[in-house]
Amino acid sequence: MAMFELTGVRKSFERTEVLKGVDLDIADGEFISLVGPSGCGKSTLLRIIAGLEDQTDGSVRIGGDVVDGIRPADRNLAMVFQSYALYPHLTVFNNIAVPLRMRRLSALQRLPLVRWLVPGTRSAECGIHADVEKVAELLGMRDLLHRKPAQLSGGQRQRVAVGRAIVREPRGFLLDEPLSNLDAKLRVHMRTEIAQLHRRLAATFIYVTHDQAEAMTMSDRIAVMMDGNIIQIGSPDDVYDDPQDLRVAEFIGSPKINILEGATVGEDRALVLAGHRIPISVSEQAGRSISVGIRPEAMRLASSEGALVSGRLAHKENLGAEVLLHVDVDGQSAPVIVRLDHGGARSIRIGEMIDLTFAMEDLRLFDKAGRRVGAKAAQKELAYG
Amino acid sequence: MADVAIATTLSQETAEPARRGRPRLLAKLRRPLAALTLLLPAMTLMTLLLIGPVVAVLAMSLTDYQLGAPSWSFVGFDNYLELYGDRVFWTSLLNTLVYVAIVVPASMALGLGIALLIESGTSLRAFYRSIFFIPVMATLIAMAISWEYMLHPQFGLINLTLKSLGLPAQAWLTNPELALPTIAAIGVWQLFGFNMVLFLAGLVSIPPHLYEAAVMDGARSAWSRFWLVTWPMLGPVTMFVAIISAIRSFQVFDTVHVLTKGGPSKATEVLLYSMYSEGFEFFRSGHAAAIAVVFLAFVLLLTILKVRVIEKKVHYA
Repeated sequence: MAMFELTGVRKSFERTEVLKGVDLDIADGEFISLVGPSGCGKSTLLRIIAGLEDQTDGSVRIGGDVVDGIRPADRNLAMVFQSYALYPHLTVFNNIAVPLRMRRLSALQRLPLVRWLVPGTRSAECGIHADVEKVAELLGMRDLLHRKPAQLSGGQRQRVAVGRAIVREPRGFLLDEPLSNLDAKLRVHMRTEIAQLHRRLAATFIYVTHDQAEAMTMSDRIAVMMDGNIIQIGSPDDVYDDPQDLRVAEFIGSPKINILEGATVGEDRALVLAGHRIPISVSEQAGRSISVGIRPEAMRLASSEGALVSGRLAHKENLGAEVLLHVDVDGQSAPVIVRLDHGGARSIRIGEMIDLTFAMEDLRLFDKAGRRVGAKAAQKELAYG
Repeated sequence: MADVAIATTLSQETAEPARRGRPRLLAKLRRPLAALTLLLPAMTLMTLLLIGPVVAVLAMSLTDYQLGAPSWSFVGFDNYLELYGDRVFWTSLLNTLVYVAIVVPASMALGLGIALLIESGTSLRAFYRSIFFIPVMATLIAMAISWEYMLHPQFGLINLTLKSLGLPAQAWLTNPELALPTIAAIGVWQLFGFNMVLFLAGLVSIPPHLYEAAVMDGARSAWSRFWLVTWPMLGPVTMFVAIISAIRSFQVFDTVHVLTKGGPSKATEVLLYSMYSEGFEFFRSGHAAAIAVVFLAFVLLLTILKVRVIEKKVHYA
């Protein structure tokens, strides 16, 4: 097990810069997710850590050793690929045994037939056999050991790929979107399994995904990547509650955070939102436009006199445990989403006007460039600023 | 739909039962008739060009027909019995098998080796692909004539090169021990480019993730990655290449005809050359047909092997 330190990692393909100087420290035994939209460079970063790709600049240290220029096989990392990359001609047993055979047997001991003439092959094979059985037991696939990958379901293949990774004790596990080829139900199930596996192995996991829900549910920390940079890194709660960038706020959380167009006005730089003056003072010059982020669950129904935002109910999504209201608000391009508990808003019909309110501390303000902006209520300090 | 419509109108007209039966039968036969009609051109061509000649050869091998002779008679299996007792036939069969045994593995190994080199390089790929493929496209007769001059004992390029290196010159085509290997070397030269192209196609279709997985699993050397990923993944292509190469090697004729005429002292006598000389030099068509049937049996055997093995065994995914 080991810690990982990345400093100033850059990567360019031809003229396009994919990674623009990434710094990242990963603690020993940590489960960290690299999350971001496709093309943000997260997979490239993982491949650089693995050694499958060389960085243009910067350095990678694993367990204190600089590994730049060291071949992937010598970095002692295990990887689970999105496509699983199982060897189609080998049985499940042999697939899982490959990493052990590659490390414990000499080239001569891997040759067909001749191998049994080399002293030590038999005892090494016995050890390999025992280790593979142990992993199969752990992942509950003892009865699959003699099948070939083509005879397995997607979930079973995924499990074999995990088995191949954990059969030896690498310094860290790299997982490249391992769940994205599974159906939705299995994905949720495997999320739990992987998180439990991490707890059991207490190893460093670096997990790449474009699905913020996977990142939120499994990770100790999330690194949100956009356009070749890590723009925020922190615990799932930090990243969700305290996004430092509009793009982070919009990427993390489902349904997406509501972004309303507002502006600062007057001497006290108060916020004006949908025609209402909100009693907070923004640390941004007056006359600037401000993006106001409010999570759907922070929105509440209000009486007409307490309303801060009002609009017409355009659509209702009943998800059973909760209900999502889509409210068209004048002057806002996208509908405002309101998340209510089961049974909320049962009496409101589509097309009716509804009034909404929210707490001042639930507002997340961003300037035109998408940076987080501080704000003060009359006296009280807000969460940030 | 139209058939049903016809049937209903007929019954409304209350036609005689016998007359009503015929259109129904016609309607039933319509699909198979259409299918047969559509198959007819292909069937005609197959019969004229493939099945007919094969049947004719089979029939001819049971006669004592001689090219141009006014009459012939049925002799049963005499031609085959004669072949069985003929030393030249056995030499020719053995030479053909030796030729196949040299050309198939050598052209496959060379084709695969060069395909791997081209795949692993980054520059001039198209150039290498083309130059190694040229021998495949060239007319073998013309190439055989060029080889004749290259192999000439006195002024041939090969012997001159050997001499300049201080090595002894060889009588490539007149030494009975060297003649067949030399012909086989030309066969390899002619065939490996074709195998290379097939292997290149096979290599491209191996998912790159498998190599990355192999590297992560600790396959440090290119050698171990070859045995872990490349060779097993090329299984189907390798089988195909082996059988195609074997069939093509069985057909060796042009080089023998141009360079050695089966000599010296039958050292390069091969099946198709025996057939040619029996049929067109000694005009013993019945005898030649029997050799052709033996040749066909080998090709058929290989084809059956190909169908069985390729379509059932070496397939993943």
